[in-house]
Amino acid sequence: MASDEETPGPRFQPASDQSLLVYFGERISLDAHRQVLRLLRLLEQRPIGGVINVHPAYCSLLVVFDALRMEHHELEAVLRRYILEAADAPIPEPREVEVPVCYGGEFGPDLEEVAAWHGLTPAQAIECHSAATYTVYFLGFVPGFAYLGEVSPELVTPRLPAPRRRVPAGSVGIAGSQTGVYPVATPGGWRLLGRTPSRMFRLDRTPMSLLAIGDQVRFTPISRDRFAQLERA
Amino acid sequence: MSVIRVLAPGLFTTVQDLGRPGFGSLGVSASGAADPIALRLGNRLVGNPEGAAALEMTLLGGTFEFPEGAVIALGGSDFGAALGNAQVLPWLSLDVSPGQTLTLGPTRSGARCYLCVRGGIAVKPFLGSASTHLLSGLGGVEGRPLRKGDVLETGGIPGAAFRKRALVAEAQERLVPRKRLRVTRGPQYDAFAEVSRHAFYAHIYRVAEESNRMGLRLEGPPLLAESSGEMITEGVSLGAVQVPPGGRPIILFVEQQTTGGYPKIANVIAADLPSLGQLRPRDEVQFEPVTIDEARAVLAEQERWLASLELMEP
Repeated sequence: MASDEETPGPRFQPASDQSLLVYFGERISLDAHRQVLRLLRLLEQRPIGGVINVHPAYCSLLVVFDALRMEHHELEAVLRRYILEAADAPIPEPREVEVPVCYGGEFGPDLEEVAAWHGLTPAQAIECHSAATYTVYFLGFVPGFAYLGEVSPELVTPRLPAPRRRVPAGSVGIAGSQTGVYPVATPGGWRLLGRTPSRMFRLDRTPMSLLAIGDQVRFTPISRDRFAQLERA
Repeated sequence: MSVIRVLAPGLFTTVQDLGRPGFGSLGVSASGAADPIALRLGNRLVGNPEGAAALEMTLLGGTFEFPEGAVIALGGSDFGAALGNAQVLPWLSLDVSPGQTLTLGPTRSGARCYLCVRGGIAVKPFLGSASTHLLSGLGGVEGRPLRKGDVLETGGIPGAAFRKRALVAEAQERLVPRKRLRVTRGPQYDAFAEVSRHAFYAHIYRVAEESNRMGLRLEGPPLLAESSGEMITEGVSLGAVQVPPGGRPIILFVEQQTTGGYPKIANVIAADLPSLGQLRPRDEVQFEPVTIDEARAVLAEQERWLASLELMEP
């Protein structure tokens, strides 16, 4: 099969003596995302014996395996077959998920600075963040943390120079062209615009994570009162 | 089923087993014992499956009462344990009489000691594992370290009466954790300046105080990547040596984040990961490059040794 610049073949790179990285290109794109998603789905449907774990990301997949059972080149050969097969697999219609957000104030301590950075009013920044539909590129970092893209160029802002020691659960932030919600309180360097009362990850729910790879997400601005209402619900 | 009463929790004591690999696509890292070899052998000493849940203590052990008695073994570092007034050494199984109290103190060697109890610690599993995942507050006892007053249940083990066991002295010698950590090249090894690659292997790095189960922070010569820009976030593996912009390396450990955006210069080999679990703040380590083939051979040899290890009568 001929390859062109638009769809380069996958690149394989050992990450450790028991893991292999598969790269689909070297930049964030929906095309690379779909390749990651297709391979992930196939690996879930037909697990490879000896593969222990899979960490998807923007344009790569880390495959962790039992080094006593297989070598990198053996895994690579199997993954190449999977990738060829996955190339034709249809991607199911994405789910649409709405995430309510109370912007600004103590919930969004960086909103004013981000707005000012881009010469916007806070209201315009909220409008900009909540107007877009975002794709869940992958879940990573901590349980239920969805990496969403892409933020409108008008709002792209670098991380904080020094991360906060504790970002409250539910905080909605941006970092570069990414946006996301902190499912649990963790240290974090993303700039915080608001907070959602939705629980992003809970054990007593199936599925546990509110968001899944491939979902389409919209943030809906809500008032402080509505936040309190939803939080109690 | 019997119980263990936590009279004092120690500095940082959690329930751990061999973790929950397989949920990386949810952002859930495997967690599990920081020194899985100590856990596996401790469990064998009390006749448990190797992956049974046990208590992982850190630097300073706790005090535990056994109202109904138990068969226990300590694996890993020597925390100066005593049962009543009698000293208890690691790596042997012993009977605890009903009402007796096991007291552990500060470590005399490495960072972690495992209290393995026949039947294992019974907690509600989260994604198939009893392991505590602190950052997300999941697994173990309410996703947190033990507190004074906690009451833990132990599981039952059917079958014949248990014969006590001990680890032979030569085996204990071999289990001394390595301070010379073998590493393979990280996926961004080539992105580091020649001088940094050299410094990484040539110098001694010291484990910083703020190290934990998520990561071991190292102090030493800063390492600089040639391309300083943020890279695209990608999956990161256990034992990865990632280097944030300040140049101070961090070894990603059992409660690691599943993805990250910093370049990785190296990765600790699988066979040496248990040694990471015994590193204390201020311990000094040095990195030794090996090939992936060498790493695999070392791991295979280690597993052969563990499988062939015979436990003797104490």
